[in-house]
Amino acid sequence: MIHALRLMGERGVTGLALCLAFGAQAQEAPRAVPIGDVARGAEVWVFCSGCHQIGAGAENGIGPHLNRIFGRRAASVPEFPYSRSMQRAGRDQLIWTLETLDAYLENPKALVSGTRMSFEGLPDPEERADLLAYLRDFSASPANIPEAAPTARALVPALAPEVLAIAGDTAYGEYLSSECKTCHQSDGSDEGIPSIVLWPEEDFVLAMHAYKQKLRPHPVMQMMAGRLSDEEIAALAAYFGKLGL
Amino acid sequence: MALNRRSFLGAALAAGAAVSAPAVLGQGRPKVVVIGGGAGGATAARYIAKDSAGAIDVTLVEPTRTYFTCFFSNLYIGGFRELSSIAHSYGTLASDYGINVVHDWAVGVDRDTKTVTLASGHSLAYDRLVVAPGIDFVDESVPGWDLNAQIKMPHAWKAGSQTQLLKYQVEAMPEGGTFCMVAPPNPFRCPPGPYERVSMIAHVLKAQNPTAKILIVDPKEKFSKQALFEEGWQRHYSGMIDRIGPDFGGGNAEVRPDAMEVVIDGAVEKVDVCNVIPAQKAGHIAHLAGLADSSGFCPIVPATMQSRMDENIHVLGDACIAGDMPKSGFSANSQAKVAAMAVRAALTGSRAFPAKYSNTCWSLIETDDGVKVGASYQPTEEKIAKVDGFISQTGEDAALRKATYEESLGWYAGIAMDIFG
Repeated sequence: MIHALRLMGERGVTGLALCLAFGAQAQEAPRAVPIGDVARGAEVWVFCSGCHQIGAGAENGIGPHLNRIFGRRAASVPEFPYSRSMQRAGRDQLIWTLETLDAYLENPKALVSGTRMSFEGLPDPEERADLLAYLRDFSASPANIPEAAPTARALVPALAPEVLAIAGDTAYGEYLSSECKTCHQSDGSDEGIPSIVLWPEEDFVLAMHAYKQKLRPHPVMQMMAGRLSDEEIAALAAYFGKLGL
Repeated sequence: MALNRRSFLGAALAAGAAVSAPAVLGQGRPKVVVIGGGAGGATAARYIAKDSAGAIDVTLVEPTRTYFTCFFSNLYIGGFRELSSIAHSYGTLASDYGINVVHDWAVGVDRDTKTVTLASGHSLAYDRLVVAPGIDFVDESVPGWDLNAQIKMPHAWKAGSQTQLLKYQVEAMPEGGTFCMVAPPNPFRCPPGPYERVSMIAHVLKAQNPTAKILIVDPKEKFSKQALFEEGWQRHYSGMIDRIGPDFGGGNAEVRPDAMEVVIDGAVEKVDVCNVIPAQKAGHIAHLAGLADSSGFCPIVPATMQSRMDENIHVLGDACIAGDMPKSGFSANSQAKVAAMAVRAALTGSRAFPAKYSNTCWSLIETDDGVKVGASYQPTEEKIAKVDGFISQTGEDAALRKATYEESLGWYAGIAMDIFG
């Protein structure tokens, strides 16, 4: 278990629920395995190719080109008009790695709330792994990709369904929210600090867990989310989700 | 729902004011008196009034009608904010939250009869008292300086006219003149504050008076965000700022306000502007009420912010001993929410949740070069203990520093709303 925690920590995944769920498999040392199947990934790419180009001569279109995406900072392709949310993620040093790309592909808005990528996400971890293997082939410097273990990460859901199913205690959420309101305004104003009111509860929960697992990059939010329990995150989601209605 | 509650309170207040007798409406309602209308006191008053929805009679005692926040007052000195942008009044707390705002000095607390005496001679009864008076200065901590010298050598550590005076003095400095700051020993309000102030003054001088010098006389070995400030000073204000730490006599300074001299370890320096930030203690009323210990600050129970001296009193903000938390507006605001919950639970039986505390301090070094430090905290038996924290890194790129500064603007707007409504 300790071994598993250390390995997962290296990959930036520290969620307790995840560690517990994963405990049974963690006795065996992971071996190096391919990220996914490149040929199947090329088939998954059809979801992306309407907006993105990749390979020789790829240019920005509706979405930015995806050559050398691995190791690239979010919102860093010159002259592409990224959303404010993606620009913020880039300034906060969100780097596209196997883990962050996987989280983004699973649910784009959970990682970057205001992204303009109108794609609902790929729930199937194998499809994501195959697509990532395909994308990786177009990255010139894949040295940042750990050769061992990446498939293990992709096979474990970021959040157990029972965590998503927790009904939030709104009264508790109201108390906890007082800490958020030091910076985030309850009327939804967005001046340098984004609005957090009236989010769909599941998006809120996913976003907070993404901070807690340090997938989302902002240090203040990583700290704030880091000490919240699953119940407390659900309570906040319930409270802010209906604030002012 | 929030709107309905607000309008109900507003109506209740209007009715109460009409007969000028809150007791008519407030009969039997438990009474909370809050001393001090800053980040701690005003937040506590607002949260108690808001969340009890009229069940608690809240009175806020604050001598000034216009409150200037210490946070962002350095940005005013640097020319990044108007003074009016850090000024706040108490109108919304009175009109929208039904808080009785009394502009007067609290001059005594009788803990046996549970009453607060005001300078006007009136007294206020309480069931729970919240004491949030901020800081006062320790007499004779800087030899040669007392409050009578605050015009010649401003402290500007309580924001308002003092901040304005210091800004004008800096702008009127002779060409190539010397600005001196006598920095305070720990513990004091706003640990990065003196060094942000030096940055802002350097920003002004660089544009208006580039041959001027800045001298910091500092009794401390090290200070908050030191690596970040020193990196920034080197990058933006190279050769302008000199800091004399304790190894070179920084802990042995005397000032002569009439001669505009600072004596550092026996050596006399002629200066043009001198900002003396003395050693600090809890605000005077906390001492009169017998809430402070030999440290000059007030020990508290970490889970509830109750005074260790009196369970009917909560002490917040710069005046209390908050364990690992720094003395900051953010900390005071955070502590106020815990205290407000504990007060409501005690007086109305509302639900009590575990205390959580946090703090973040942003500082501006130069235009669009913002940095931050922060931590989360939880109560243990003996103190408020740090759980986790972060700090900006040296060598960060310009876009991140700009984003950090912009974030601080958002924070100011947010916390001002959270304190004053």
